[in-house]
Amino acid sequence: MPLETASETAASETAATAAGKPPAAGTRTEARERAARNRKLTVYAARVGVLVAFLGLWEVGARTEVVDPFNFSQPSRIWDQIWQWVTHGTAQGSLGEQIGYTLYEALSGWVIGVVCGVLLGIALGRIRFLAEVFGPYIKVLNAIPRIVLAPIFLIWFGLGPASKVASAVVLVFFPVFFNAFQGAREVDRNLVANARILGADNRRVTLQVVIPAATTWIFTSLHVSFGFALIGAIVGEYIGATKGLGLLVAAAQGTFNAAGVYAAMTILAVVALVTEGLLTLAEKKLFRWKPADAGDGR
Amino acid sequence: MSTPAIELTGATKRFRTPSGALHTAVRDLDLTVAQGEFVAVVGPTGCGKSTTLTLVSGLEEPTEGEVRVYGEPVRGIDPQVGFVFQQDAVFPWRTVLSNVMAGPRFRGVPAAEAKERARDWLGRVGLAAFEDRYPHQLSGGMRKRVALAQTFVNDPAILLMDEPFSALDVQTRALMSDQLLELWAGTSSSENAASVVFVTHDLDEAIALADRVVVMTAGPATVKEIFTVDLPRPRTVEAVRLEPRFVELYREIWASLGEEVRITRERGAGRAA
Ligand SMILES: Nc1ncnc2c1ncn2[C@@H]1O[C@H](COP(=O)(O)OP(=O)(O)OP(=O)(O)O)[C@@H](O)[C@H]1O
Ligand SMILES: [Mg+2]
Repeated sequence: MPLETASETAASETAATAAGKPPAAGTRTEARERAARNRKLTVYAARVGVLVAFLGLWEVGARTEVVDPFNFSQPSRIWDQIWQWVTHGTAQGSLGEQIGYTLYEALSGWVIGVVCGVLLGIALGRIRFLAEVFGPYIKVLNAIPRIVLAPIFLIWFGLGPASKVASAVVLVFFPVFFNAFQGAREVDRNLVANARILGADNRRVTLQVVIPAATTWIFTSLHVSFGFALIGAIVGEYIGATKGLGLLVAAAQGTFNAAGVYAAMTILAVVALVTEGLLTLAEKKLFRWKPADAGDGR
Repeated sequence: MSTPAIELTGATKRFRTPSGALHTAVRDLDLTVAQGEFVAVVGPTGCGKSTTLTLVSGLEEPTEGEVRVYGEPVRGIDPQVGFVFQQDAVFPWRTVLSNVMAGPRFRGVPAAEAKERARDWLGRVGLAAFEDRYPHQLSGGMRKRVALAQTFVNDPAILLMDEPFSALDVQTRALMSDQLLELWAGTSSSENAASVVFVTHDLDEAIALADRVVVMTAGPATVKEIFTVDLPRPRTVEAVRLEPRFVELYREIWASLGEEVRITRERGAGRAA
């Protein structure tokens, strides 16, 4: 799509020049800006269109029983369910409380996982001996499908938040660890040499060269890993809990309330998107030193 | 003037290549740099000039032989050494001012004083107006000048410069060369005159700046020939270039260097074939 537009503008420009009437610089930039604005509007309109079409088809399909409304529910029922939860609360308490619980578990797990991952990743990236000793163990642990640990944590830590936090931690730790490790490994040797010549000791090299240089790597993993933290918390809740969005899913499923399952999923998606947005904002602040396009590229 | 600033005796450096073989970068190198002396080093590309500087700086240890700075064997990094690297080595996450402050801060100078000294040096390299920028917002030449300020702010008694001006345009280069001579002359009045080892591919630059020009052999590097530049000081790069003695020296050094460059090239071609 962007490619097409680019070639179109180019084509129209050459056409204008060929006609022997080079457009004035001012009008040309104006035209370009207008085109860019229009394009943006078109994209947004198309996006909304896709959503409306999808929901509309679903709704119509469900009402005409082309899709089974019992299994697949329908948008209006899902909306009613959300609205009911918002106004009357869920069976486990208010909706806000459920969201709060899940977020609390996911965030705690995420923070613990990130801190451990970053610290260990940098330590092993910097200290060769540690890397050689612990490397194989970390590989083995990484090979275990960690989501199966959730039931074990439930046995260990009970129905409360601790078991969910633990599931989130094990999911978050590994991607963050590997990125931090890689980041610490791949620090530009010239920067380290320069810092040492300028008078930095090992501690300063780690704190003021290795960590800033690795932040790009670490941040890439933070985006992905927050999603993992949410998954950990939800799965933990789904298996056994007293509160949370995962429990909402489980409870709705238990009563064959498909609308409830979809409604909880919708709420989850919104929560994930909002936190993702906040993370991007923090990243923009932290990476002012990077060229703008490189930062926006992701 | 008794103990030389830098003394390499029989210095040899071998690297282990990824395939496991040993690669000799510097072989049996003897070189002495007196206190307050300005030595330029020229040699074919890849011969081992940068490696020689890393030996003097203490970043790398010689495999054989000895490296001394002010008579003391080099063990680790000497705080009196300043090193302007061939590659870009300013910290991209620090602003220009913060980059120049880095050295003094690493050495425990209080922030206020470090800032003052950094501002002074930014003024001298003509970047006072850019102190809040990040390196990616500067041109290549400006970044190089940040690197120079970053090194000079530490007042190094031994200055290792690895092709410091090769990224600059001709005009800025002449300007920076003159500035370097001025800075160096400024230190020579004090009792602890700065000694400079300046690696370059530009013979003009080497002759205009240095007291002696060292020609290295094709790799593994060792000293081939040393030329004493008996041109009067103070010099300016533009003026000294026109002197007959300059032209004469240029021709001699060019002939000596040309031979090594040819050997290097033939070897490269041979390996490629
Ligand atoms: N860390 C290293 N490991 C293995 N080989 C190396 C290493 N550093 C340098 N070498 C090799 O040593 C030789 C000399 O390298 P060096 O960088 O000193 O050359 P140079 O004279 O500075 O070249 P140029 O003028 O192109 O900068 C080269 O053949 C290079 O491949
Ligand atoms: Mg080099």
